[in-house]
Amino acid sequence: MSISKNNLILYIGILTFGIAAPFLFPAFKVQLSILCVLIVLATTWNIQGGEMGYNSFGNILFYGLGMYLCASVQVGMFFPLAEWTESGGEKTFVHTPTQFFQGMAFGLLVAAFVPAIVAGLIGYSILGLRGHYFAICTLGLGVAAGEISGGIEIIGAGQGFTTPPFPDVGSLDSRGEFFYFLSFFVLVLTFITVRGIYSTRFKLILNAIRDNEDKAEAMGIETMKYKIVGWMISAFFCGLAGGIMGGLVGYIDSTDVAFDGREMGVFMVLMAILGGKGTLWGPIIGATVFHIFKEGFWTFFLGWQYVALGVLIVVIVIYFPEGIMGWLREKYPERFGEVVDEKDRKAQVELK
Amino acid sequence: MDFMVFQYPMISVQACLDGVLLGILFALIAYGMALQWGVMNIINIAQGDLVILGGYIAYFMYLYGIHPAWGVIVSPVVMYFVGIAIYKLVINKVVDRDLFISILATFGISILFMQLMNFAFGADVVLANSDYGTTMLFNNNVVLPNSKIFSAFISILFAVCLVIYMKKSKLGRAIRATAQNARAAKILGVDTEKVYAATFGINAALCGVAGALISITFTIHPYMGLPYTIRSFMIVIVAGLGNLPGVAMSGMGLGVFEEFADYILGTEFRIGSVFLLLVLILVYRRFKLSRKREYLK
Repeated sequence: MSISKNNLILYIGILTFGIAAPFLFPAFKVQLSILCVLIVLATTWNIQGGEMGYNSFGNILFYGLGMYLCASVQVGMFFPLAEWTESGGEKTFVHTPTQFFQGMAFGLLVAAFVPAIVAGLIGYSILGLRGHYFAICTLGLGVAAGEISGGIEIIGAGQGFTTPPFPDVGSLDSRGEFFYFLSFFVLVLTFITVRGIYSTRFKLILNAIRDNEDKAEAMGIETMKYKIVGWMISAFFCGLAGGIMGGLVGYIDSTDVAFDGREMGVFMVLMAILGGKGTLWGPIIGATVFHIFKEGFWTFFLGWQYVALGVLIVVIVIYFPEGIMGWLREKYPERFGEVVDEKDRKAQVELK
Repeated sequence: MDFMVFQYPMISVQACLDGVLLGILFALIAYGMALQWGVMNIINIAQGDLVILGGYIAYFMYLYGIHPAWGVIVSPVVMYFVGIAIYKLVINKVVDRDLFISILATFGISILFMQLMNFAFGADVVLANSDYGTTMLFNNNVVLPNSKIFSAFISILFAVCLVIYMKKSKLGRAIRATAQNARAAKILGVDTEKVYAATFGINAALCGVAGALISITFTIHPYMGLPYTIRSFMIVIVAGLGNLPGVAMSGMGLGVFEEFADYILGTEFRIGSVFLLLVLILVYRRFKLSRKREYLK
């Protein structure tokens, strides 16, 4: 992958800003970490929804799976899991700092790899579905996972699962800084991976699948293999994001936090569409705009957030399906490396 | 896991009867979904929320002292206009577009409805008591609430009326023509826009009837809509579009499945098992279709 000079300056600028952000805006550390997680989710959703044309409502499955796995490993490595969840909020066991970080590191590894493996295992069956069948099937998967995990005793069932509290190290700010840098690191990792993918043949194959899967197959591409790999990459990062979010929120509930199809599951789709499906920067811009909008205006709605969310979805989907990047592309096609044929444009205007 | 249901045959009989009566209701909702899916090629995620809204209309009448069974008449009339309003505001802009757009747009409507109902009626689980009593069968071993029998009867009545209406009336013929080929229908003078609106209205009205019946026989809650959408979707893909006996049969099958899942796995896994069944059915369908495709090769 080659990086032009302008881009290099941009990346370095963003990186510096990302590292300096928690010190510049110390009050917004948690919000910034959530923003990083949202960007990761939107970017990885875009791998299927945007590039591959498989609109999944089910990436929330990997997110929730990662969340539960990370917390369970973190607790289960040192203490009996069943007793931990039984004691609920009252802590009978306390992690030492070493135990906490060891558990977190190992938990995140598990939270990343297990969802990826799960995606690989179910991928062959699920990704054979096309179009709306895939969308509804993944929606069903997400909700089923939420309902079923809400009935399993060892991970807290209906009453939820409290993740280990952050140990007492350094100053009071260290918790926020730890989670911010963790999520920022995952964001950078995601960005590098996704950008790497998008500059290879792999992305072209995904686009071919989106544009016409049967033709792609006829051209000799083993579409199923690429679809599964694409889904596994998404699942990997969704799991990581879920693991971090679990630690950040500090409390896992089956349907309200982990497998929250009504919030996170829709957010990731909405953010990618708002920014522009099928572009590298679209989901990032979309997630940022969405998060700022959400945090800035949610408080004004006073309980009407979901009403606003519903209206927002309908409005974006109907009037703005191309997203911000699509709009920019329409307006400044030269910037996107498209050669505009003036004659052709005039002819199209006349046609309209 | 609890296999008591197989040790005592009477419990099985109870589960089967409950399931069949419940399934008839599901089939009614699924019929509405099949109608608008076939005509407009739209999958309406807000289907279940329309059902719940219809249920709240009946519940509201119950609160004001009117017998909730009248909801069966009032609810579809109100819901018809709600359906037309939804069509005019949202659906007519997504009819010809990508299917995913329509799924997402109706998902937005679903969230909106859920929350509005939550504000308007509160987050409690409610039911409209009909005071119909119960029927005892097989030496008092099987208990059937009369309200369930009533609801199954009314559902069948509405379904039959609708089928006759679709066959005989002018609008019904226009709807069927549009379902077969919208362009040709347009050329022959059918106002497809009106047909679409009427279809969505009829679908909403069917949801209203089903909702009113559900509020009498079971319970309603603002967030309970999505399972009804998934159930009707499942029934439609198992039965196929435009296969009415199939819709009725698979509806009853689903009802029986749910009752047994309830007994065997426990109530907390009931909704989960429905959603898992959906995934399994879709996966089964995918392998069946892919085998067919290989034959063609």
